[in-house]
Amino acid sequence: MASAPAIRAEHITKRYGKIVALSDLSLDVASGVFGFLGPNGAGKTTAIKVLLGLTRPTSGGGAILGEGFGTKAALRRIGYLPELFRYQSWLAAREVLALHCELAGIERARWSAEIDRILAIVGLADRGASRVGTFSKGMQQRLGLGVALLGDPQVVLLDEPTSALDPVGRHDVREIIRALRERGAVVFLNSHLLTEVEQVCDSVAIVDRGKVVAQGTLADLLRTSSVRIRASGLTREGRAALARFGELDDGADGAILIRGIEMERIPDAVAAAVASGARVYAVEPQHESLEERFLRLLGQ
Amino acid sequence: MTGSLVVARLLIGEAARRRLLLALLLLTLVVIALTVWGFSRINELTPSGQPISEAQRRTIASQLLILVMFMFSWVISLASVFVAAPAISGELESGIAAAVLARPISRLEYVVGKWLGLLALILAYGIGAGVVEIVAVNVVVGYLPPRPLEFLAFVVGEGVVLLTLALALSTRMSGMVGGVIAAILFGIAWMGGIIGGVGAALGNQTITHVGTATKLILPTDGLWRGAVWSLEPAVIIAANTQLGPAVAANPFFAAEPPPAAYVVWAVAWIAAVLVLAVWSFRSREI
Repeated sequence: MASAPAIRAEHITKRYGKIVALSDLSLDVASGVFGFLGPNGAGKTTAIKVLLGLTRPTSGGGAILGEGFGTKAALRRIGYLPELFRYQSWLAAREVLALHCELAGIERARWSAEIDRILAIVGLADRGASRVGTFSKGMQQRLGLGVALLGDPQVVLLDEPTSALDPVGRHDVREIIRALRERGAVVFLNSHLLTEVEQVCDSVAIVDRGKVVAQGTLADLLRTSSVRIRASGLTREGRAALARFGELDDGADGAILIRGIEMERIPDAVAAAVASGARVYAVEPQHESLEERFLRLLGQ
Repeated sequence: MTGSLVVARLLIGEAARRRLLLALLLLTLVVIALTVWGFSRINELTPSGQPISEAQRRTIASQLLILVMFMFSWVISLASVFVAAPAISGELESGIAAAVLARPISRLEYVVGKWLGLLALILAYGIGAGVVEIVAVNVVVGYLPPRPLEFLAFVVGEGVVLLTLALALSTRMSGMVGGVIAAILFGIAWMGGIIGGVGAALGNQTITHVGTATKLILPTDGLWRGAVWSLEPAVIIAANTQLGPAVAANPFFAAEPPPAAYVVWAVAWIAAVLVLAVWSFRSREI
């Protein structure tokens, strides 16, 4: 039997009264960095809480590393950075990490070295003895990231890990995520920051109002693009023929933009335009950015 | 249950770091210093130009100590409420709980850990401050209440009842709301005890039953009666009992200790409310 995927969610629905936070969410994450993308309030945090067993789904289920959500066996192998990252303000950063070493069941003899390693990774090596209450938001988020990395967990769930970070911090987090992927960990990254996702994720799901509206590898999702065609003599029938390839938009310069067309179908679109009697002067394929794709999906 | 011990230790550590223990210690020392000064004045009383007799001095000291300890029982009870009411809800609201509960620790371990930590705080404070007060009074006026150990058990028991109640409320409501509810229930139970006593004094069955019911629903006042009884010399009990049923209405007097069954009930009540707290927290969304 093939080994279970790192993260499997099957038909998870979560309702809070009349509000549907998640609707029939299914996903399999086998390896690499998975980006869970969506606008604010789309259900991203609810999804992570369900995966951790902090919240029970109304229906559906799944497993992490083959273990049920929220079981001790699963939680022992998960690192988690909450969206609302707050740690005991009266403790020093080292003490917070020691607390989580103990809760995670890491051998006591390893704590000191592990805490040093983590503090260095998240850039807090010189602040280990400082009380968390004196930390800026960005430093608290770095500490939270450190807590999530303790003990080399096999699955790391990060809920908006750069929300409080400056550009340097964001860069550091991307490097940390890449290092996690290199050592074989599976990262589930909740984010609404598209560039962040575009730079580090192998696969993504785009979620809106609790529903997954697109899912796949980044290459799959961005396979569609748009093309600008400058042509004269385009008849109503010619436009209708082009509309079969994607969504039409009239450019300011008289060109026509076909959005959401797959690259390999561009020659067919040009042929259709010519067949309708139009004279084609220029064809400019344009790759769609994740942002454009995202906005187009949410606009649907 | 190692998770429980980690949570309990963390709670005690927080109380120490946030200087809650220091504040309690300093305030208690001030109160003890003031009461000791008050007790020392008993020795100088000369009501009819003559120093008072040994028996009079002991009687006055015993009644004064009951009043001081009545205040002490309120301090323990309300301190229990205020420390326990935000113990879980505060961590849920701030988000601290999410990081802890995403570790391999069950909700049962978390709630029991909080309870053990609070229990340790209340035991340390209640026994520590109670012993210092009793010893100080003994040194100054040479009076020792007849059953000091029973007194400590009853008065700390009141605190444990209230901390368990406030912790259970904390699994579902904010510290402010849970704290106010627990404090009001405590006040109602005290009033219920007095009303029941009035019923007994007047020989009115219905009113007496109201008092009994409140003693069962929230066993703080019943335990307070046990604490009063532990502080009363035999001569006071004998003198008051001669006054007839009217003394039952006096909240600072108890003719007899609570029956053993009542103490068992109080312990069972604490256990049941703790189970309820665990159940409530288990079914709660984080």
